Amino acid sequence: MQDRQKLARFQQSILPHMDAAYNLARWLTRDTHDAEDVVQEAFLRAFRFFDGFRGEDGRHWVLKIVRNTFYTWKEQNRRGAETYSMEDLPAGIENELAESDEMVHRSLNVELLSRVLGELPVEFREVLVLRELEGFSYKEIAGIAEVPIGTVMSRLSRARKLLENRLTAAPAAGDAA
Amino acid sequence: MNCTELRALLHGYVDGELDLVKSLEVEEHLRTCAACARLVANQQKLKAAFAQDGLRYAPDAGLQWRVMSALKKEQRKEPGAARPWLPWGGALAASLLAALVLWRVAPVGLSAQDALVAEVTSDHVRSLMANHLTDVLSTDQHTVKPWFDGKLAFAPPVTDFKDQGFPLVGGRLDFLAGHPVAAIVYQRRRHYVNVFVCPENPDLSTASFEASHDGYNLIHWNRSGMNFWAVSDLNTAELQNLVTLLQEQP
Repeated sequence: MQDRQKLARFQQSILPHMDAAYNLARWLTRDTHDAEDVVQEAFLRAFRFFDGFRGEDGRHWVLKIVRNTFYTWKEQNRRGAETYSMEDLPAGIENELAESDEMVHRSLNVELLSRVLGELPVEFREVLVLRELEGFSYKEIAGIAEVPIGTVMSRLSRARKLLENRLTAAPAAGDAA
Repeated sequence: MNCTELRALLHGYVDGELDLVKSLEVEEHLRTCAACARLVANQQKLKAAFAQDGLRYAPDAGLQWRVMSALKKEQRKEPGAARPWLPWGGALAASLLAALVLWRVAPVGLSAQDALVAEVTSDHVRSLMANHLTDVLSTDQHTVKPWFDGKLAFAPPVTDFKDQGFPLVGGRLDFLAGHPVAAIVYQRRRHYVNVFVCPENPDLSTASFEASHDGYNLIHWNRSGMNFWAVSDLNTAELQNLVTLLQEQP
């Protein structure tokens, strides 16, 4: 009886956030099947930890578990896919950007933005997805990523500069064909 | 505020994370500095681009199903799920069992039904909320019915009642008390009706009843070895019309 209630409560408060969980996992893993594996494992973990859930924001709670599951998964499935981390970024990038107003005249269609976002290092994809697609505040992102708010702000700023750089470097819509 | 200070606050400003005083200082600066205004416009354009549809990935309909199956397996493994009286003496076990039987028959019979009503209602609400009304979206009963094959161990009856004012919208897999159920979705004007169907089983089978929960109406009945629940925000009389149609379907 108690266990059935636990599952029912879990179904009610956590399961509805599967779309958000999958979206984050898909952006982090960049692969459909890997994302499904991560989500499935994350929900199992979430169910095991569910006694620790105190009725806070279920989406925030489960996305933190999805993120942790992803990093564990990544450790176990090293594929060398992430070729660079934040420390390896060319220093010039930080200074070279954002002075231009080129972005304003660009058509930022979904395909282009999606491709460029997918190519960013994982630390940057993560903050952008949490901020722009999930709409979390800096404080909530800090809670999910387990870093200080200052780190969230600097990652977000670097992520956007990098994104802008690559968006403006990409061929404009129409040129590609 | 000068340009250097503004640049430090740029992202906090476009993300709405600054307090009012700082926001006003930023805006004051932007009125007089075209270069910084362009930076802000750039960021706002980028944010607007993120707000477009099509950047989110949606899970395959089967994922929720697989996750629920894994959770149910996990639930059975949990220590709390073991019957607690097993290691104890026979007499104690017998009296406990008797107590348990009594406990199940008397008032808890009612609250188990209440729990089921609450769950049926929340399944209904969730199906409307999470943009997950249907896994198979079709008004054709010959599409919806075979869709359940291989996904469920039983074949739910699916009939389109369009001519009677209840067009079929589609079908979905769902769970009630941890059991897989078919959810068949009908529409009446702007109202949706979820009809949950599964074979009779001890956790779910109760006498027919009607209930209201949080403004939703619910009708339960059994027929030909199957359990049915119809739930909707539709009024009871019209919901009963659909139930009558369902009870008469071949």
